[in-house]
Amino acid sequence: MSVATSRGLQARKAPWAPLAKRATPYIVCVGGFLIAWQILSVILGEARLPGPINVVVQTWDPYISQPFYDDGGTSKGLGWQILISLQRVAIGYSLSAVVGIAIGGMLGMSRFIGTGFDPVVQVLRTVPPLAWFPISLMVFQDANTSAVFVIFITAIWPIIINTAVGIREIPQDYTNVARVLKLRKGAYIREIVIPATVPYVFTGLRIAVGLAWLAIVAAEMLKADGGIGYFIWDAYNAGGDSSSSQIVLAIIYVGIVGLLLDRLVAFAGRKFSKGAA
Amino acid sequence: MQTLTSAPSSQAVSNEPFLVIDGVSKVYPTPKGPYTVLDNISLEVAEGEFICVIGHSGCGKSTLLDLVSGFGQPTRGEVRLESVPIREPGPDRMVVFQNYSLLPWMSAAENVALAVNNVFPHLKRNGGARTIVDSHLAMVGLSEAADKKPGSLSGGMKQRVSIARALALQPKVLILDEPFGALDPITKEELQEELLKIWQEHKVTVLMITHSIDEALFLADRVVMMTNGPAATIGEILELPFPRPRQRSQLMEMPEYYDYRNRALDFLYRRFAHDDQ
Repeated sequence: MSVATSRGLQARKAPWAPLAKRATPYIVCVGGFLIAWQILSVILGEARLPGPINVVVQTWDPYISQPFYDDGGTSKGLGWQILISLQRVAIGYSLSAVVGIAIGGMLGMSRFIGTGFDPVVQVLRTVPPLAWFPISLMVFQDANTSAVFVIFITAIWPIIINTAVGIREIPQDYTNVARVLKLRKGAYIREIVIPATVPYVFTGLRIAVGLAWLAIVAAEMLKADGGIGYFIWDAYNAGGDSSSSQIVLAIIYVGIVGLLLDRLVAFAGRKFSKGAA
Repeated sequence: MQTLTSAPSSQAVSNEPFLVIDGVSKVYPTPKGPYTVLDNISLEVAEGEFICVIGHSGCGKSTLLDLVSGFGQPTRGEVRLESVPIREPGPDRMVVFQNYSLLPWMSAAENVALAVNNVFPHLKRNGGARTIVDSHLAMVGLSEAADKKPGSLSGGMKQRVSIARALALQPKVLILDEPFGALDPITKEELQEELLKIWQEHKVTVLMITHSIDEALFLADRVVMMTNGPAATIGEILELPFPRPRQRSQLMEMPEYYDYRNRALDFLYRRFAHDDQ
């Protein structure tokens, strides 16, 4: 214990160390990565694989410098494209969170339902996101709704599974307390089940947001008006001089946004867990 | 969780002792046939008595106390408190669990308050619950730490909260399952002394499991020594004549103390030495 604490103290002292010293590993490793990328680009030819310098030069105007230009139609800045994608994710992901927690709660509370539906969950959760796309296009007859549905159906499984597991894994210590106090059902759910399950639910939500972001980019490439996935596919089809640079830039944006979403859900999870984890 | 109205109070004249363990056996079915943990155990406990149960690991001490707390049901025989057979756990037989069983998302005071509010719902409205919580935390010397969560309390402090929670419910029987096993020797001695003080003030009947002969001799009126499992039973009961209030130092100077200590040692390490020791 004492060893761990003293290490913790050292780690917390680190911000006082010179900034340059802390930045060194990032500069060396990221710089090395960029140099390797640039060399590879030179070998392959920059038309096939633009290096980092080409990407910045070729996409500076308008893609980097004007993220929110709007020329009408689907010709919009990357900021708008990402917001379009995020909006779809927000709708599909919120729906999957609400429905997933409710279903997961039922599967966790009732051994009968939990056991009975397990095969369904296990089979459906392995279906790749895009496999849902054709059927949802047929059902909804609308690309935008279908994309939202793909997000929903992709994100829901980890939420269901983790919520159900969280409820089943409530430590016996806590249920023993409930039994000896003769806690009423409502108080048991409010005071024990929910707080004990929140960390599991957020594990599911965190996996789900990553999957949702993966799925939306793929779904938009297939069929959509606008969105970052659409932008990538459109740039590819346009086949202009700077197409590959545009694609690389969009990929970097996709990665950064995905990371931010992940961190956002992790942060919310810590806020809501109240020290139960 | 079950809302059984409290069993008909047995003020009816009966000369039966306060707590009666009446010929109980506990048999678990296993694939290899029935496995008898406890075999025909009988014990009578007077109101306000302090009983320590001692025996080797796996001898069924916890199983025996589970039958009193109601977490387990005997295969044969029954346990009666004030002539009423015990069928389920309830706050009149409050348990101090080995691993404290505090809810980590609640502060010390909230843990106690959850129990008090649930068991005495009428007190919640007139603010009496708060008084009970505060006075019991003060009793175990934790007023300062009332708003701390279990995660930032030491083992000894957590066990104090657990004891405060149990006593706040004014149980008829207090059941402690090796409450001080995980504590360092100094904290252990402190808590033993506090438990004795509290016991004398509250006049509660105590059943306590322990592994420590010295702990049992310091605390108990009677020490119940169990034979080894399977089919464990009560091997011998030591009636301790030591006067109260007890002082550890005075006790250690009494020649009788060592007579009893040797009898317990003889029982545990010669007559019923553990097989694998």
